[in-house]
Amino acid sequence: MRRHLLSAADLGRDAAVRVLDVAEQMALTQRREIKKLPTLRGRTVVNLFFEDSTRTRTSFEAAAKRLSADVINFSAKGSSVSKGESLKDTALTLQAMGADAVVVRHPASGAPHRLAHAGWTSGAVVNAGDGTHEHPTQALLDAYTVRRHLRPGPGGAGVGEDLTGVHVTIVGDVLHSRVARSNVLLLHTLGARVTLVAPPTLLPVGVETWPCAVSHDLDDALRSGAPDAVMMLRVQAERMTTDGGGFFPSAREYSRRYGLDRRRAALLPEHALVMHPGPMNRGLEISADAADSTRSTIVEQVGNGVAVRMAVLYLLLAGETPDGRTPGGDS
Amino acid sequence: MTAARRVLLEGADVQRALTRIAHELLEANKGAADLVLLGIPRRGVPLAHRLAARIADVEGAEVPVGSLDVTMYRDDLRHHPTRTLLPTELPAGGVDGKVAVLVDDVLYSGRTVRAALDALNDLGRPRAVRLAVLVDRGHRELPIRADHVGRNLPTSSAERVGVLLSETDGRDAVEISTPGAAGQGGAR
Repeated sequence: MRRHLLSAADLGRDAAVRVLDVAEQMALTQRREIKKLPTLRGRTVVNLFFEDSTRTRTSFEAAAKRLSADVINFSAKGSSVSKGESLKDTALTLQAMGADAVVVRHPASGAPHRLAHAGWTSGAVVNAGDGTHEHPTQALLDAYTVRRHLRPGPGGAGVGEDLTGVHVTIVGDVLHSRVARSNVLLLHTLGARVTLVAPPTLLPVGVETWPCAVSHDLDDALRSGAPDAVMMLRVQAERMTTDGGGFFPSAREYSRRYGLDRRRAALLPEHALVMHPGPMNRGLEISADAADSTRSTIVEQVGNGVAVRMAVLYLLLAGETPDGRTPGGDS
Repeated sequence: MTAARRVLLEGADVQRALTRIAHELLEANKGAADLVLLGIPRRGVPLAHRLAARIADVEGAEVPVGSLDVTMYRDDLRHHPTRTLLPTELPAGGVDGKVAVLVDDVLYSGRTVRAALDALNDLGRPRAVRLAVLVDRGHRELPIRADHVGRNLPTSSAERVGVLLSETDGRDAVEISTPGAAGQGGAR
């Protein structure tokens, strides 16, 4: 693995499979009575969140703590300093604190990239969601969840395998979704086939260059596409109001055309998974029926998130650093 | 220009050493009761399975076998490229109150065994922990010794001891080589 995890595109097929394999071993340790491992003792992980987040931040926090790293939560929300400056000052502060890894979420696309390459901090940077750009650990945990269910090979839970031949359909607000972009990139890397389904207003410019198919008709995509997993995206209303809205006529119409309800769930093949990165708008993009059905992996995805983030932190922090530098705390 | 390589134990020697260790384990434990064999990946795991098979031959008792990966407990993680994690699988009965026998191929610095003791500590509380190794090559860096040794091999720390097993390498042998003599840089 490289020094940072900024984009799902940072991972080639072998590197991605390795993250999933390590996550599998991490998940096994989390079924034990004593879940804590001494692996990252003495390392410091800073959670730098410029945006609200419950599950991602707590998931990273749990992952770091289970590996015995020290965790500092740095909530920068509400800062009125212009973005470039505040990010730099914050980064310098974190550097002074001896951060070995910075987990960053930022409303501006590209902020983690800037943090990683501006020379402000020597720690590893993990993108925990930047604007409408990427959210690579969410894509990893989604891929991990799909592999566990659809690739239960002889080694158990698909260890060593990619997702060749799997068809994943991603439905909803692709325009505002960093999850969708990361998922398309990673699933494609792993050999899966991806179909995006959304109204034309909720697809980003340039989506035709993405390595996936695009449809505007959910019923048809479920019926003729026969996906192995359907991933419902949250309608990001908070990003729409600032844009003036107008992406779809009404919540009711959106729900009828692009929501996953009982009738649509019944169109899916027997083995197909229903996924959602959370938090859900029940009744809008997904009905309670579909969200709580036995094929839903939504709660499991949260648990898998901890194992996957443990794997990412392990792979970024446990080994020697690429430049031969002894990591902070050893001097 | 290959490294000078000598075969120290042939396949039959490895078999004999394992048979003796199995007998020693049974003698020290006064039978197979409560024994649990935990192989340290990679090559400790097939060795543990072979010991269990021999114990079954001698005593007619099934001894549970598991694997114990120590990677996340190592003290040298920062000095190597990131290591791959290997499976830890405890037998169904666990290790609480049992006599856990750690099985590995080579005992050298003792640091792997130290890590294994820590890992075991997080998994349960065995009544006793024993250590069985195929080869003890000396150069201990920690106050650790093996209870059962297949063969003591005095080595220089410049030499490399390679254990080959038919399960992982296609044949059984213990070899020693001196990488320095080869001049093939990066052979380590």
